Amino acid sequence: MADLIGSKIERKEDRKFLTGKGRYTADINLPRQTYAYFVRSPHARAKITKVDHSKAMKAPGVIDVFTGDCVVKDKVGGLICGWKIVSQDGKDMKCPPHPVLAKDSVNFVGDHVAVVVAETLEQAKNAAELVNVSYKIQKAVIKTEEATSFENIHEGIDNNLSFDFLLGDKGKTNEAFSKADKIVKLDVVNNRLIPNAMEPRAAIGDYNASSDELTLYTASQNPHLDRLIMSAFNAVHPEHKFRIVAPDVGGGFGSKINVYAEDVVVAYASKKIGRPVKWVAERSESFMSDNHGRDHVTHAELALNSDSKIIGLKVDTIANLGAYSLVLAAVTPTYLYAPLLLGIYDIPTACCTVKGVYTNTAPTDAYRGAGRPEATYVIERIVTEAAKEIGMDQAEFRKKNFIKKFPHQQCLVHNIDSGNYDAHLDKAIELSDYKNFENRRSQSAKKGKLRGIGFSTYFEACGVAPSAVVMSIGAGVGLWESAEIRFNPTGNVSVFTGTHSHGQGHDTTFAQIVGDKLGVAIENIDIVHGDTDKGPFGMGTYGSRSLAVGGTAIVNACDKIIAKGKKVAAKMLEGKPEDIDFKGGEFILKNSNKKKTIGEVAFACYLPGTFGDVKSPLPEGVEPGLIETSFFDPSNFSFPSGSHICEVEIDKETGETKLVKYTVVDDFGTVINPLVVEGQVYGGVAQGVGQALYENAHYDESGQLTSASYMDYTMPRADNFPQIKIDYTCTPATSNPLGAKGCGEAGTIAAPAAVMNAVIDAVGTDVQMPATAEKVWKALKKNGSKKAAA
Amino acid sequence: MKNFNFKSPTNTKEAAKLYTGKATFLAGGMSLLPAMKLRLAAYSDLINIKKIKTLSGIKISSKSLRIGATTTHAEVAASKEVEKTISSLSKLADGIGDPQVRNRGTIGGSIANNDPAADYPSACLALNAIINTSKRKIPADKFFKGMFETDLKKGELIESVEFEVPEKSGYAKFPNPASRYAVVGVYVSKLKSGIRVAITGAAHSVFRSKELEEALTNNFSPSSIDNVKIGSKGLNSDIHASAEYRAHIIKVMAKKAVSSC
Ligand SMILES: Cc1cc2nc3c(=O)[nH]c(=O)nc-3n(C[C@H](O)[C@H](O)[C@H](O)COP(=O)(O)OP(=O)(O)OC[C@H]3O[C@@H](n4cnc5c(N)ncnc54)[C@H](O)[C@@H]3O)c2cc1C
Repeated sequence: MADLIGSKIERKEDRKFLTGKGRYTADINLPRQTYAYFVRSPHARAKITKVDHSKAMKAPGVIDVFTGDCVVKDKVGGLICGWKIVSQDGKDMKCPPHPVLAKDSVNFVGDHVAVVVAETLEQAKNAAELVNVSYKIQKAVIKTEEATSFENIHEGIDNNLSFDFLLGDKGKTNEAFSKADKIVKLDVVNNRLIPNAMEPRAAIGDYNASSDELTLYTASQNPHLDRLIMSAFNAVHPEHKFRIVAPDVGGGFGSKINVYAEDVVVAYASKKIGRPVKWVAERSESFMSDNHGRDHVTHAELALNSDSKIIGLKVDTIANLGAYSLVLAAVTPTYLYAPLLLGIYDIPTACCTVKGVYTNTAPTDAYRGAGRPEATYVIERIVTEAAKEIGMDQAEFRKKNFIKKFPHQQCLVHNIDSGNYDAHLDKAIELSDYKNFENRRSQSAKKGKLRGIGFSTYFEACGVAPSAVVMSIGAGVGLWESAEIRFNPTGNVSVFTGTHSHGQGHDTTFAQIVGDKLGVAIENIDIVHGDTDKGPFGMGTYGSRSLAVGGTAIVNACDKIIAKGKKVAAKMLEGKPEDIDFKGGEFILKNSNKKKTIGEVAFACYLPGTFGDVKSPLPEGVEPGLIETSFFDPSNFSFPSGSHICEVEIDKETGETKLVKYTVVDDFGTVINPLVVEGQVYGGVAQGVGQALYENAHYDESGQLTSASYMDYTMPRADNFPQIKIDYTCTPATSNPLGAKGCGEAGTIAAPAAVMNAVIDAVGTDVQMPATAEKVWKALKKNGSKKAAA
Repeated sequence: MKNFNFKSPTNTKEAAKLYTGKATFLAGGMSLLPAMKLRLAAYSDLINIKKIKTLSGIKISSKSLRIGATTTHAEVAASKEVEKTISSLSKLADGIGDPQVRNRGTIGGSIANNDPAADYPSACLALNAIINTSKRKIPADKFFKGMFETDLKKGELIESVEFEVPEKSGYAKFPNPASRYAVVGVYVSKLKSGIRVAITGAAHSVFRSKELEEALTNNFSPSSIDNVKIGSKGLNSDIHASAEYRAHIIKVMAKKAVSSC
């Protein structure tokens, strides 16, 4: 069954999803269930002077109304920042209080103020209209670049500055710049995005007074982490009496990492009223209150020597944290961002500062790629500008500066174990027919279209590790992963993983790994995740960690199964454990034709009675059962990389951009299932193209979200895309036995730069994301008048 | 959504009778239901007019094309007769929203709603349409009053829309990338009575452009639009397009519409 690894097996989970048999949180209905509806702030910034819920309490069907006063009285803790970072002056970052129901002030449109619990959703909504909140409206700050000069929006946080982070050596970098032959400068805006998972968030709190057990069903990427946070910080319920179930989850993209106010409140409310409390976000609530992503303003400079070699990089970024600091809000624009700014170039010295600022907008946090798309955008845009300014070919300039030898210790943080950057760039150049691009450009010109080409040669760091290091730089938890393999007596296998699949295809990929290792048919392997009562503590899925970290825990648990199986098989086959080989699901006694299948061995482990001549198959000291657990803490991140080449055509009259050609060559190390990986790449590229051309979370000056529905927030659609060409190169990762790197975010990380480099190539002047028709038209006009003047 | 009574009359008389209290007509529900779900609107009674057979269908005579109020966008787009008589109209219907919206949304609902970015109002103005209601015949020139505002009185039901068959006509739309409503839509026609140019999406309500009509009356060709000055005053500015950009796009779409004639 060795051919399971690398084979295009159709996703086991697709049948249920495609036939509407998925079971999401919203599909769950419990006896005696009640419904919650949240009263949210209509203002971006205001003091709450009074919350009068007396009328709502009397409305039909209302069971209770909870406000900020209630959660204070009952000592429900606020929401936390899970990874705190330190500013360059050595001081801890500043986090404002973030109550699950606001008591004194609100800080963005959609901020949670009160909750009405009623017999029906309709009644809850009707009553919510009767909750009278008196606000004293204050002026709000929205724009990232204006935050530090605005009055403090949170008491005690001067200049609305949460942290002022520095990575790298300022002195050395300045020295490099003083010796430079050429300095390239660039200003970029990384637009704010709304994650838009297909399934809106949802939560059901279910407290059972007789057992004192609390169950929370929630659309989460990491149920164990949620339970830890909610018991340790929100003080909702003790961990051993608290079960969190994240059933089928319809996409997360980072927006379902956080413990949200709604999760805590329905759990709390269920305990208060002794009945299940259900909340399902409406799409407009998702737009307003899911964590948003990106939102950076950046100035970057690149120093070159006379030999076209990069000798230094300087980057200054302001990152908009929004109104509060969420779980990964601070690490995303710092440690997940700054080290990645070096790209795949051999840059000897660099420094980066990041100011994390508060504004009256929805809080931001990790969003597909988390920090790496932002970094890749900066370096891939400035490298492109540099090549242009010195008049060198895009590919040639990149290759000249690529890291060539591995392992490579970068000047900031990462020690890249493996890669071959020329290989994927060469392959992408070939596949995209780069050499005939100028012909295509003139063909387009004949149709009155401007054609442009853009490169993005990216790397990224996924499977954040090792735990000791990440905890030393502020992480509240380690980032290992768990797995448990339970052989059932009849020979099929339940695999418990601490990761969580919400679209990634774990049911299939992990089954392929186990099938390959243990020689069990994948139909007989069940991948179990998403329930804190079922498997061991796990960290969940984000940052493209599941295969490299979670998959390795599974491999290690399989190895333990095999080791125990050998002992048992040895007894059954009347040999020594060291003389037993395991292959293709069979334990074979060396130099003999004696063998036992793993199913027979598993059966024997559970039923250690008489087996023919063998009295008991269990050797002395070996316990019955065949269950093994493993926790894996990787020694390093894994470093996927790749080359994207994009071509666009622009309508001169309207400024509309059309994607006409897109080529991807990725190095993900070992690919377990190319079909699953392809899906991840397509989706990732689409999301990256969305950021570059279409998506934009827009607040007006008063802080109203003006892109709060699909009528105004432009998602990319199938008809926006040409067929994307995908291929691979492979340098296996050395930090895990599978040789796997991550693939879940790569598309989103690389695509924005590839697309924008192509747009800017076509237009001939700078354009910021998203490159909407009007922006491109204005840039063309500006460029036209510049050319006319010249 | 707040509770309401749901009534399904099978003829227009019954519909008129059932229209009491804070009632409204329900056609495809594509505009009405989202507004109710978001609690921007609430009614005591919804009168579903989709069961009234006489309100649906397409009828052609030599001079006019009549489309029943509850005829869906998809039906208009698929109709061979419409394609043959006024092909720009079938193209317009085919470009509304997405397949779901086209399969539910109706022409009557679209013009009664008079969304400033809707497509059909431009066709009505450019093709000198008559709006036949339960009470009277309203010329399109008098029908569209302003943003989401028409000449319809309370309880007045649109029964059909009658378009004049033009010598030539064309429609070009620059769609909103998110909703695919018109950021700017320009409908150009050459009627017996003269040239008409109606513009939707660009201002608070659909309007006729005197400047473009004059230019095209002199010379019905795309090039005659080059020298027309379209000012941005009075045009919409929003997150999708500034007034300045809309003014520019009006010309680009007008040329496209004329070329397609
Ligand atoms: C996602 C989306 C995209 C869209 N894109 C476009 C687009 O690109 N172009 C475009 O033009 N439109 C677009 N629309 C609007 C669509 O065309 C709607 O169908 C139309 O606006 C309303 O038609 P309806 O039949 O659904 O009317 P309803 O929603 O049922 O009713 C709308 C209003 O008209 C009244 N009404 C309905 N029928 C009559 C009648 N016969 N007499 C009197 N009053 C009546 C109702 O009482 C109500 O006030 C879009 C809608 C959506 C949801």
